[in-house]
Amino acid sequence: MGTTDIIDTLAGIEPGSALDAIRARRLQARENAQKSYLSLFEPIDASEFSLVERAAIALFVIGLHREPNVTAFYRAKLAAAADGARLVEVVEAEIGRGETSGPYGAYPAGPLSAENTAGLIYRVSAEGKSALGGRLAAAFEHAHLLVFRPRDAASADMKALLAAGWSTSGIVTFSQLVAFLSFQVRVVTGLRTLAAVNA
Amino acid sequence: MSATVTPPVVFTQDELGWVSWIDPLPEAELTERHFNGLVDRARAKSEYFRLLVRDPEVLEARTKTDKDIFYNVADGLPRAERELAAAATSRYNGCIYCASVHARFASTYSKRREDVQRLLDEGVKADLGERWNAVVKASVALAATPIAFGPENIEELRRAGLDDAEIVDVINGASFFNWANRLMLSLGEPSK
Repeated sequence: MGTTDIIDTLAGIEPGSALDAIRARRLQARENAQKSYLSLFEPIDASEFSLVERAAIALFVIGLHREPNVTAFYRAKLAAAADGARLVEVVEAEIGRGETSGPYGAYPAGPLSAENTAGLIYRVSAEGKSALGGRLAAAFEHAHLLVFRPRDAASADMKALLAAGWSTSGIVTFSQLVAFLSFQVRVVTGLRTLAAVNA
Repeated sequence: MSATVTPPVVFTQDELGWVSWIDPLPEAELTERHFNGLVDRARAKSEYFRLLVRDPEVLEARTKTDKDIFYNVADGLPRAERELAAAATSRYNGCIYCASVHARFASTYSKRREDVQRLLDEGVKADLGERWNAVVKASVALAATPIAFGPENIEELRRAGLDDAEIVDVINGASFFNWANRLMLSLGEPSK
């Protein structure tokens, strides 16, 4: 495809290394993880979900994972997006407010209720809300839910996004973005750890 | 749309349904672009895939990533243990639907149905023997936020007999279910 492979770059996998050879044996997975990234961040149609919204949510989601390399990558992406630079500090302040450890949350009432674990229910600050706007603020609150307590998700959360101006198709892409980043940051961390053990 | 939903309240290997909380595309409105996104035409019958196909390019790339990570078993980790990584991740994140599907696959490919059931009943600390314990522990460490996966997980997988290609399969399989679980848990709910 001619584009730099983001997972290889962020995991520090060198061409010709042992891990490069292992990844080459799963070429379809490697190429399609990259295509997933490109279809989310360089989409053919951004009308339901703008590029700056995607970059702001990505920095927020990855910042919550506290992986410095990957966070730096998405910080640069937001800073480079049209109207994005002004949001970097706002997003970083919200990351600070949202930091916690997961997964936690509640199960449907029954035997699993014994495993329910309480934790932070994050809400965007008043300053954050005025800088982000209602649509992005709702997205940040939902993204925090997806990162830390996905088992708490309820139909009411979909209604909140629709009420904040998200279309049904926009919600699908937004959910894919957060879920994809949850995958990408883990593959990067896993591969980076393996490369370090072998170095 | 949700009038008939009876949500399961325990982890199970039974076949479950899944009902969307927002509107999937009607089958009659699917175009060639959508069918490309579905990859398998038969997925047009599934409410979940007709919802995700609202973004066909992302769905297509995601589906092909998924298929290679789980079905390309020419080398690397046996299918049973890729499914175990998926089931353990889903158990830990709390996705009853994903856990049901991949626990069932893990049982089919390993013939260790009772051990898989113990993972569902007792949770990710169930003692399943050295090799499976190492796979489950690595999957859980990857699923934590912040990510808790470290060199000790790799050492443990190696002691259990996994080589680097197999360890990469654990990383990919477990990581992928952090993607899948978040879609399944947040866009709809399972039904018995």
